[in-house]
Amino acid sequence: MELAEAIILSVLAASTPLLIAATGELVTERSGVLNLGVEGMMIVGAACGFGGAWLSGSIIVGAVCGIVAGTLLSLIFAMMTLGLAVNQVASGLALTILGIGLSGLIGAGFVGERITPAAHLHIPGLTDIPLVGRILFGEDAFVYLSLALVVGVWWFLYKTRAGLILRACGDNHTSAHALGYPVLRIRMYAVMFGGACAGLAGAYLPLAYTPFFIPGMTAGRGWIALALTVFASWRPGRLVIGAYLFGAVTILQLHAQGAGIGIPSQFMSSLPYLATVIVLVALSRARTGGSTAPAALGTVFVPDR
Amino acid sequence: MRKTLLAAAAAFLLAGSISAGISTSAWAADKLKVGFIYLGPVGDLGWTYQHELARQALVKEFGDKVETTYLENVPEGPDAERAIEQLVRAGNKLIFTTSFGYMDPTLKVAKKYPDVHFEHCSGYKRDANMATYSSRWYQGRYIQGQIAAKMSKSGVLGYIGSFPIPEVVSGINATMLGAQSINPNIKVKIIWANSWFDPGKEADSAKALLDQGADVIMQHTDSPAAMQIASERGKVAFGQDSEMIKFGPKSQLTSIMDTWAPYYISRVKAQLDGTWKSEDTWGGLETKMFQMAPYTNMPDDVKKMAEDTEAAITAGKLQPFKCPVVDQDGKEVECKGGDHLGDGQVLGMNFYVKGIDDKMPGK
Repeated sequence: MELAEAIILSVLAASTPLLIAATGELVTERSGVLNLGVEGMMIVGAACGFGGAWLSGSIIVGAVCGIVAGTLLSLIFAMMTLGLAVNQVASGLALTILGIGLSGLIGAGFVGERITPAAHLHIPGLTDIPLVGRILFGEDAFVYLSLALVVGVWWFLYKTRAGLILRACGDNHTSAHALGYPVLRIRMYAVMFGGACAGLAGAYLPLAYTPFFIPGMTAGRGWIALALTVFASWRPGRLVIGAYLFGAVTILQLHAQGAGIGIPSQFMSSLPYLATVIVLVALSRARTGGSTAPAALGTVFVPDR
Repeated sequence: MRKTLLAAAAAFLLAGSISAGISTSAWAADKLKVGFIYLGPVGDLGWTYQHELARQALVKEFGDKVETTYLENVPEGPDAERAIEQLVRAGNKLIFTTSFGYMDPTLKVAKKYPDVHFEHCSGYKRDANMATYSSRWYQGRYIQGQIAAKMSKSGVLGYIGSFPIPEVVSGINATMLGAQSINPNIKVKIIWANSWFDPGKEADSAKALLDQGADVIMQHTDSPAAMQIASERGKVAFGQDSEMIKFGPKSQLTSIMDTWAPYYISRVKAQLDGTWKSEDTWGGLETKMFQMAPYTNMPDDVKKMAEDTEAAITAGKLQPFKCPVVDQDGKEVECKGGDHLGDGQVLGMNFYVKGIDDKMPGK
């Protein structure tokens, strides 16, 4: 039982950055903008988040630095794709390349330093409940905030008027425009939200997961978050399933290797990807019978004045 | 959508090559120009960082007689060829390519420019103007195995591997032979990260090993993440490539540190003197091409034992792969190096020694 608890705790930590980044990207894409720069915004968030926490000694300041850095970077993207109507795919990729370089520059002074990672919660009474206490009340706050974030996004998208408008922009920007909604401004907010989440997800890595900064430490997690958004067919609920499934299979395959069950490790390492893709595709086929991509995703919109 | 994702993946692969930066000091005609190709960023705190330290030592040693240039974040494979050629065109006469995957690109460029000398790290292909160099890290792993066996209370070691290639496999075997010389019943749990560098995954692997009862963590991956997890949990661990004590002041037992400076200095000196020859250098502890970090966080008798073993290996009195070596099926391995396994057998090692319960991936 103790092993099961340890595994679940590791899964929570491993899934959280994916969940945060993917939630942000989901909102961006639901507004009709495809931002492939998640990896770049994450790594800059990681560098700034670590820098902020190291200089100030506060994890919260670090997290805010990460969020601000991600948002600023996403504004560059918004300026290019919304303001100048440049191709979104190319701009997103350029953003990633820029981010990787920029993070190395920002982080150069912090490499080799270490900080005290975000404290794990301890609520007297609750955290001490056997079996579930540490899982439900004993992780770092980011883990629970990420779940609150998804619930908030779900509520916003499906239960509020603003969410409906945002989805309208993503499905048919011409109609939304004709109805008098400021499509470009709405998309800019969505892109900024995506950037803020990517920055926070990146900052989570050095603030809570592995408390140091090294160039390239996101190691492709931004791309996984992007893929999760697609395979979750742009639905917050499925995103949670996807992110936790990916984290769970990642951790379980490491445990299976440690236990020596004799399946080639190369195959085991590919399992998280395989399992997540299969389950999410099956889910989307079963319920809706096909893709539910925002119809205007990735297309440029230039309002006729 | 699928098309965009594919495009994204392709561009992601390219991104690595584009972000390779160039750094150089002032140009001058009469200086010897020495070039370096690095796999990672110079701030990776591991493999590339150690090569960079050696480059800095070189500059310090020769002052304005040499001028060095490095290219970092150069991906392995065909892309590396362009980077190496770029260094040749910039007038570098001695070029160090510092990762296994640069082997074929280096050879290709070497054939094209016979008057430029190349030094390739950890490969096995050579030419009249292309030398190779590497270190006998397995010697250090043997010492670590002995320390680990002394320090472990559970009798289970946790080992994080990168890829199941001979260098890593020989490291695991040397560790186990060392550990078995102290405790014949010692067990090892092995997790392959299938990556050289993914701090998150390395940390998760360390957690999994500790959760499964291992109490000493050893790694053959590049980041200090595993050391930090061990430190968090109050367990001990070994660093990799660099001094990692900063990440586990109460956890690091020792670390195999790559110290390329003596080799780089001797090769540049040979180039300056006109005595450079293509050679194969596989340096052990006696060459100081790698060194053990100070033995810390262990009782005095364990420290003494480690120092004695280090001295014996340095003096050539102790061979980690002393015959008979028995593989995990109980078969004795043919002894091609006299009283120990031959260099070729270690360089191409693809079996586990007796006492490892795990199955080698792909076997």
